[in-house]
Amino acid sequence: MTHLINVEGVSKRFSGVQAVNGVSFYMDEGEILGLIGPNGAGKTTLFNLVSGVIPPDEGRVTMLGEDITGMAPYNVVNRGLARTHQIVKPLNDMTVLENVTVGACFGREKLQLGKAREHALKVLHTVGLADRKDVLAVHLTIAGKKRLEVARALAGNPRLLLLDEVLAGLNPTEVAGMIEVIRTVRKETGIGILMIEHLMQAVMSLSDRVMVLNFGELLATGTPEEVANHPHVVEAYLGDPNMAEKLMARQ
Amino acid sequence: MIGILVSVINGLLLGSIYGLAAIGLTLIFGVMKVINLAHGAMIALGMFALYFLATSGGMNPYLALPLVAIGGFVGGVAVYWIGVHRVIGRAELMSLLATFAVSMIIIGLGTALWSTSPYNVQINIPGVAIGNYTIPGNHLVAAVIAILIAAALYLFLFYTRLGKAIRAVASNRQAAELMGIPSTRVLAIAFGIGIGIAAVAGALIATLFPFTILSGGGYELKSFVVTVLGGLGNPAGALLGGLLLGFIEGVVSPFVDVSWTPVIEFSLFVVILIAFPMGLFRVGRGK
Amino acid sequence: MLKKPFFWIMVATVIAFVVMPIFGGIGVRESLFLAAVYMILALNLNLMIGYTGYVNFGSIVFFGLGGTLGIYAITVMGWPLWAALIGAAVVVALLALLLGLGILRLRGAYFALATIGVVEATKSFVSNFDPFGGSTGMYISFSSYKPLGGPREALWIVYFLVIAVLAASLLLGYMIKRSRFGLGLFAIREDEDAAMVLGVKAPLFKAIIYSVSSILPAMAGVLFFFKNGVIQPDQAFELTLSIEAIVMLMLGGQGTVFGAALGGFAYEQFRGYLLTSATFSNFHLVIAGALLLLIVLFAPGGLTGWLHERWSLTRRVLE
Repeated sequence: MTHLINVEGVSKRFSGVQAVNGVSFYMDEGEILGLIGPNGAGKTTLFNLVSGVIPPDEGRVTMLGEDITGMAPYNVVNRGLARTHQIVKPLNDMTVLENVTVGACFGREKLQLGKAREHALKVLHTVGLADRKDVLAVHLTIAGKKRLEVARALAGNPRLLLLDEVLAGLNPTEVAGMIEVIRTVRKETGIGILMIEHLMQAVMSLSDRVMVLNFGELLATGTPEEVANHPHVVEAYLGDPNMAEKLMARQ
Repeated sequence: MIGILVSVINGLLLGSIYGLAAIGLTLIFGVMKVINLAHGAMIALGMFALYFLATSGGMNPYLALPLVAIGGFVGGVAVYWIGVHRVIGRAELMSLLATFAVSMIIIGLGTALWSTSPYNVQINIPGVAIGNYTIPGNHLVAAVIAILIAAALYLFLFYTRLGKAIRAVASNRQAAELMGIPSTRVLAIAFGIGIGIAAVAGALIATLFPFTILSGGGYELKSFVVTVLGGLGNPAGALLGGLLLGFIEGVVSPFVDVSWTPVIEFSLFVVILIAFPMGLFRVGRGK
Repeated sequence: MLKKPFFWIMVATVIAFVVMPIFGGIGVRESLFLAAVYMILALNLNLMIGYTGYVNFGSIVFFGLGGTLGIYAITVMGWPLWAALIGAAVVVALLALLLGLGILRLRGAYFALATIGVVEATKSFVSNFDPFGGSTGMYISFSSYKPLGGPREALWIVYFLVIAVLAASLLLGYMIKRSRFGLGLFAIREDEDAAMVLGVKAPLFKAIIYSVSSILPAMAGVLFFFKNGVIQPDQAFELTLSIEAIVMLMLGGQGTVFGAALGGFAYEQFRGYLLTSATFSNFHLVIAGALLLLIVLFAPGGLTGWLHERWSLTRRVLE
């Protein structure tokens, strides 16, 4: 069967450093896939390869059977893949509503301006930014900017959402809020979500499956439980042999 | 055949001066990401400084060069504090406009004071004869001085504490600041050095050709071409770029009417900028 | 659109430009003609600098090339004025589109440098190109004014045509600002990479706006030099005028139609005052430079930015 997204053996080198090496995975609609791994493992590079920001040296990315390898990011968005940035990129001198309207106008659905604005307002309600819609994006807090990233990506009605560390740098209350947003999105839209996250409990509790990247290579894939007990993962990443139990216990 | 050879030699001699002028521009860009649109005005001020030192001051033009350089440095540091410091790190439009405003002020004052009629510095140095052709002595001397200054700058940047500090700020200002380098002062000094070099290049040009307060503009444009050939922000590349530009002018001039050279130069400029934005020579970039 | 106060401000501006010289006479007309040309340059440059965030230092090339092609069509090929206007605009827009696809791959300072290169390359080419009269340029004979009813009438017609181009520039800036396309441009201005990841086809958008911003200045160039009676490359492709257009934009405030128009108008008045004043005429460049430096250092938002900071009302009314 054709998967929502199918990544086959993508690789990327940066002046001698093998950032991503022969990574393959697939995702289906309605699935949340967690992507974990130590700093510098190549997680964000993998995101960039999939979303068209950087073309891969080798490998193939297909979405619903269509080859999107090396497509420009705006064409990838067109096919229904949206992403957020680890280092937030708000359109500073535009209001929150305008930011999200951009996503709605130029996302998969290519809405006209009026429709896009209505849709953007709806999305702002979902992520809890509706009361700040007329604020300039530059004036949002970090948590607000992270929510804005999610809202903009969602506004284009994607089939697949790539979340790059949307929880990093938030305080516990904000983390709880954002997890709630992700749950709502999945419940309301049923789209696929691929998320990079360092916050273990969050990944383990949200994801249907988890994959682990280390030195650019896929170390393991499986249910949260399988991955947390995987000997290589414990060795390379979690460090503490009892970590798996602790993580599972917290759930 | 000899005619072409001589034309190429003349081109290379001039090219070394284009290269020197461009070093002033590219050094400033490399250190603070500012394209100095007052570059041409500073070259023109260098020309007039030499003129007044040589005529009113009665100095030997070549002995007056260090004074021009020092004056350029002091003026450059002043311009940095007045016009450039506040726009560092803001949108590039701001620094382009700030330096252009400085240029307007200088050109305006210069036009009011000295009009736009040509000035001339008299120099008599015997030339070197090749067949029926002569390579003018003042061109030879100017080229040698230009290359010596470029070499001195290279030694300064790579073998002195201050030079290393400038390179450190150029590669990463925050990191340099954390290592205890007073980066603001370093920027001011680098701007001063860039302007000092532009002024000396102007003074050298004044020993070759008649000039007006507006003459700097043409050399500013040539400096842009040269920096793009050599890679923006790369002083060693700028010297090579200058020589290349001079070589092109030398090769082209026996075959094509002089008025066509700018067409070739600027078309090349745009094409190279699009195709090789990092310049043709990636040299001198060692860490 | 008809409910927006700013639309009516624009209409009132155009009506004022039409009515004032009818009562004020030829002196007023000459001053307003130049002001209108400056406003056209600033308004169209605003599409690049203010909306898209790309610093075009060479916008004058559209004006100069439009003028050159238009005057060539009129004097050599014997085209009527209206055909020359359309022909020049079409050719310049197509050239700009092709050129834009190339040079707009560059960003920031690199793009600014490339636009300077484009002006100089075009100027030196036209200066050498004999069909365009080389460096002496082209002269318009009296007979070219005949179809318009003679030189006196021609001057009035050209004036009203320039006002029409001004009206079109105002409307274009206003409509793009309120459109989906404009929203995409603003996104590019704020963060091009983010805009592309949100689905904005940045390369295409940039090339289109570069081309669109060339059309009306090209027409203004035809009209300006047709009225002038002569076109010379040094005058048609004067880099300084290009940068003065940026000064106008800075003065009024980039990113707003109101700011660009006001800046163009104010700059013409200011320049005219300096040039005719006994004290300042020798120093007009110095004073203009000092003014520019002060704006850049202390009021980078220009007049509109200054107003917006004080009254939030202006933000909603002046677009």
